[in-house]
Amino acid sequence: MQGKKGQWVQIHNIVLQPADRAPQVPDDTKQTPLVMWVKGYLNADAEVNKECEITTVTGRTVKGILDEVEPSYSHDFGKYVPELDIIRDQVRKALGV
Amino acid sequence: MKDMSYAGVMSRRNEIMKQSIGIDYSDFETAGISFDYEKMMREAGYTLEEIVKIQTDVSVGNTPIIELPNITALARKVSKTGQAARIFIKDEACNPSGSFKARRAANAVYHAKKLGYKGVLTATSGNYGAAVASQAAKHGLKCIVVQECYDSKKVGQPEILEKQRACEAMGAEVVQLSVGPELFYTFLALLEETGYFNASLYTPFGIAGVETLGAEIAAQFMEKHKRHPDVVLVTHAGGGNVTGTARGLIKAGATNTQVVGASVDLSGLHMASDQAFNRKSFTTGHTGFGIPFATLPDRSDVPRNAARSLRYLDRYLLVKQGEVFYMTEALSALEGLERGPAGNTSLTAAFVLAQEMKNDEMIVVQETEYTGAGKHQMPQLSFAKKNGIEIKFGDPETEVPGTNIVIPDDPSKIKIRDFDLDRARKSCIKNSLAAAGVKEVSDAEIKYLAEETKSSEDFVKEAIKSLQA
Repeated sequence: MQGKKGQWVQIHNIVLQPADRAPQVPDDTKQTPLVMWVKGYLNADAEVNKECEITTVTGRTVKGILDEVEPSYSHDFGKYVPELDIIRDQVRKALGV
Repeated sequence: MKDMSYAGVMSRRNEIMKQSIGIDYSDFETAGISFDYEKMMREAGYTLEEIVKIQTDVSVGNTPIIELPNITALARKVSKTGQAARIFIKDEACNPSGSFKARRAANAVYHAKKLGYKGVLTATSGNYGAAVASQAAKHGLKCIVVQECYDSKKVGQPEILEKQRACEAMGAEVVQLSVGPELFYTFLALLEETGYFNASLYTPFGIAGVETLGAEIAAQFMEKHKRHPDVVLVTHAGGGNVTGTARGLIKAGATNTQVVGASVDLSGLHMASDQAFNRKSFTTGHTGFGIPFATLPDRSDVPRNAARSLRYLDRYLLVKQGEVFYMTEALSALEGLERGPAGNTSLTAAFVLAQEMKNDEMIVVQETEYTGAGKHQMPQLSFAKKNGIEIKFGDPETEVPGTNIVIPDDPSKIKIRDFDLDRARKSCIKNSLAAAGVKEVSDAEIKYLAEETKSSEDFVKEAIKSLQA
């Protein structure tokens, strides 16, 4: 997939490789790099998973690997959680509602 | 060309801090491990009157206090004595950014603008990011929020993803990181690159921003009930909420009101662990922040943390994740108030603490926070299930953070556990000596440690003696 110049994108960067992580980091985390994600507008056309350069909303220029073109928010209210209905019924019944 | 390696940036830490906060913390250093806390709060902060003006000008504060008669009735129903104190909640979700953090941000951003900074930068995965973004938007400053958000598989905490959305909606740039304490390195590098103001949660002006919360509670109670509340319950994360609220109560004359902290018990989960990151349901107000910050405040992102909760706490209570989810649901089912789970940590503790009190006593839960997609009991429990956390009804005492969430099968099963404050005080004394690499201290330092831990000079001497032995 390709992003066009001026499009809103998310990029990522490796800040620290596993070998360079801080000494106090626990072992599981030490096996992973420290990754940074930033969003901004593409400064030139670019391919997903390839190097690109963006300008962020504060005007910073940041280079990185193109992750997503026009990223959207996907967090939601999750799946139905029956336990919450049980709590609601229980507290209402306790007060005779 | 500047050395941008981890070690290189970290070695410039003090210089970057001085540039980005505009405070020379060495002005407040006294002998050895001690410093003049009150002088720092006086000279670097603002008076209560000034803060009221700063916050009123941007519509922050003056939030209503709502009585929760149905939650109180439920507490009386399950109380062993049949009695329970009246429970009230200060609806801080009414602030522009949906939480009490607007108070801290209002001061920090006002101060940044006054000093002529072009932008503000803050490191937070919590409500404070949206609060700084909101205030920066109001004052026309640029804003960058640095979040610890994803695990190594780029799975984000739903609560933090929502905060990212809120920050971006108000025009902030959000820099997101995978799990790890080296976030501080990125934060410092960004401060250096942008020359922005460090809107730390822990500066004197940030903490002073919360003083209005305590002062409002005192004033609102005097007006309506002709007396101060018996207890104010505060969710304890980094300690700023406790410190600011307590200072405000004292300044407003509510010196007999007990200040009680509450945190969600996440013991056993390593906060910097990639695998544990998405196995917790609370990203703040938990013991992973509460205990380390209470017992060594200067671990924060400023040289001297203005949030020093042990100076003010009368009690520190722990509750379980399942109990907070239960009370969050009860709050909407019984009081028609849908508010975010994390802020309800202190409500959960209040529900139980009220049962130790009499019907004519009053207890105030001093915050609520907004709720919505990602930061609501439903997506959070749903996310926990997706991550293999078992959700079950039973006795919350059996809850194991990272393994299960035990929802009380009856409201009488909701409990509070006292975190031994003397133990916390001893840890604080031990940590203060260890951080400075000293074994013996002067009389002035003993006096400082007694103030620092709200104990006595004898207590400090005893604690040091037992360390030496």
